[in-house]
Amino acid sequence: MTTTVAHVHDETDAPYALSHLDALESEAVHIFREVAGEFEKPVILFSGGKDSIVMLHLALKAFAPAPVPFTLLHVDTGHNFPEVLEYRDRTVEKHGLRLHVASVQEYIDAGKLRERPDGTRNPLQTVPLTEAIQSLKFDAVFGGGRRDEEKARAKERVFSLRDEFSQWDPRRQRPELWQLYNGRHAPGEHVRVFPLSNWTELDVWQYIAREGIELPEIYFAHEREVFLRNGMWLTAGEWGGAKESETPETRLIRYRTVGDMSCTGAVDSDATTLDAVIAEIAVSRLTERGATRADDKMSEAAMEDRKREGYF
Amino acid sequence: MTSTTDQVANFADLAATTLLRFATAGSVDDGKSTLVGRLLHDSKSVLTDQMEAVEAVSAQRGQEAPDLALLTDGLRAEREQGITIDVAYRYFATARRRFILADTPGHVQYTRNMVTGASTADLAVVLVDARNGVIEQTRRHAAVAALLRVPHVVLAVNKMDLVGYQESVFAAIAEEFTAYASDLGVPEITAIPISALAGDNVVDASANMDWYGGPTVLEHLETVPVSHDLTACPARFPVQYVIRPQSAEHPDYRGYAGQIASGVLRVGEAVTVLPSGRTSVIEGIDALGESVDIAWAPQSVTLRLKDDIDISRGDLIAPSANAPATTQDVEATVCHVADQPLAVGARVLIKHTTRTVKAIVKEIPSRLTLDDLSQHPNPGQLVANDIGRVVVRTAEPLALDAYADSRRTGSFLLIDPADGTTLAAGMAGESFASQAETTVQADEEGWDF
Repeated sequence: MTTTVAHVHDETDAPYALSHLDALESEAVHIFREVAGEFEKPVILFSGGKDSIVMLHLALKAFAPAPVPFTLLHVDTGHNFPEVLEYRDRTVEKHGLRLHVASVQEYIDAGKLRERPDGTRNPLQTVPLTEAIQSLKFDAVFGGGRRDEEKARAKERVFSLRDEFSQWDPRRQRPELWQLYNGRHAPGEHVRVFPLSNWTELDVWQYIAREGIELPEIYFAHEREVFLRNGMWLTAGEWGGAKESETPETRLIRYRTVGDMSCTGAVDSDATTLDAVIAEIAVSRLTERGATRADDKMSEAAMEDRKREGYF
Repeated sequence: MTSTTDQVANFADLAATTLLRFATAGSVDDGKSTLVGRLLHDSKSVLTDQMEAVEAVSAQRGQEAPDLALLTDGLRAEREQGITIDVAYRYFATARRRFILADTPGHVQYTRNMVTGASTADLAVVLVDARNGVIEQTRRHAAVAALLRVPHVVLAVNKMDLVGYQESVFAAIAEEFTAYASDLGVPEITAIPISALAGDNVVDASANMDWYGGPTVLEHLETVPVSHDLTACPARFPVQYVIRPQSAEHPDYRGYAGQIASGVLRVGEAVTVLPSGRTSVIEGIDALGESVDIAWAPQSVTLRLKDDIDISRGDLIAPSANAPATTQDVEATVCHVADQPLAVGARVLIKHTTRTVKAIVKEIPSRLTLDDLSQHPNPGQLVANDIGRVVVRTAEPLALDAYADSRRTGSFLLIDPADGTTLAAGMAGESFASQAETTVQADEEGWDF
């Protein structure tokens, strides 16, 4: 029999204490298992971004040595980073998982969605997402949203009931007491579940380092041709590229978030290792979204408005 | 991709810090938003883009100084009306500790919001305006903290700048509050004189109050002990999910997954499964990937037992030497959190740990008035924000502890089976709301959870 007392750290030297990361991990695993125990058809939103990667890692730990009892769903804007799609498919394959893809491009091609004048596809994700939830009859949808990301998300419950239109009404949320999550819902309604609610960006990075989790390469510093638009370094791709007034240049950058290429900006960085990334985040004076997401800058309540419509 | 072994040492200090969950309570004009804003701002937890956004909106509204309340009011309606609508959770860290702050609104729906915030809090900050002293609202906040058994309460006497930083003003308020809260059974009370607006004793020690020798609010939050001696509590393990891979590699694996609600579990320990009463011995504990001999609350683990007995979600595994009794008659104090009332005769669901069963409300013996702690017998129903005693008959037995012994296995929800609404937050067993004559009995037993 092995005798391992793992990850015990406490400044008071109490005999039974949990480190900060262990406490967060334990809580997230509890949330995954609650959903597995109470819902018929849950799904994990998986974009290949660091939060969804951490979610999948936690789910793998929660049910080991059995497989994760959930499928994955990716809302593909059609403007994703190729490195991230490659990572997504490799991960799905590696763990023997099933991936559903809801495609924004297909909606545009079918005339069900119209391209926005600014070319940004992030707001267009809501319709394919909510229709996939309805048609595939998912009753619990895991999202990697964290309350530290944005002020509207700070108001979000761990279990967030959505009506048949997937709408979020911040004024009519259920009180969430102790660790007793109420997932009851009527047919057609579903529950959004946020196991990383209490994590911060730094927690996510520290956990990735502790657990040795692999990430898509774009999270680490690399040289890339980018151009400046609205104060952000964007990468050209199938979605479009620099206008005549914008000059592409090669810079040493990395990404703090992974989203639609048309609205996810890179940051100048020489952090090529997890250690360096953590050191960089720890001293950064900009929030993750403030630094790199154009869609949150559209208005003061952009996130709240999208969430009300059914965005994750 | 990247090797992590040699990096762990570099940030081990950060990862090793503990977590304090705390809630703030205060009425609208006590300066709660300013205190929260000051805590975030002075502990350098507000990032440049967030501060710029606050400055821009404040300037647009014609305000001279940045309104720190805008840091916490995140919804359109909140910003339009200048009020806080719902509980929000804030995150910040210092070199010594990480914090999760449940920022609870102080206005009309005070009770259910504070109950929500306090249910997971290790500490509550009750804010008082130094000019007004202990008012009804203060007593209400102290009573909710006592009912929810929040282990530490901080009385922040705010706006000391408006009373000339006088020690006598602070001392009188601190004495009155401490006497009141101790009578309710609050085990630890720390009173701190502050000015949230001027920054006195919030993060930095005040130069205006030499007579005060205690910690600042932040120093206290950083140093208050959060690890309880869980060995003193009997172990409780609600089964969440049964893990049975049935794969070639693990043909016979059968693990009971759950989060240890209290106490310590060891391999070799004799256990009883409730409500069936079957017994076995813990053969193995899998702690998220590694096999361990010992695990404790609140770790999420998977237990393997020596015998193949029928165990499913909702069952409770406890040491045979110290298993709780089961009951179908639950007596509890509840806080009603829904808009629809709860009446005698109502058919409800009760969610206790991982078990949800049908139940009927047999009796509502009393309703408590938080302002003066008076009891109103047989009110017939409870409405939003009421606190009262209920007697509930359940369709199946529950292994329920007293809330006084365990916040996790002594708490439950009442749910409307028709639409799934959470109706009430329940705390099993006796509380100061049980009987009028016991209202001011201090808890001699101490607090174990």
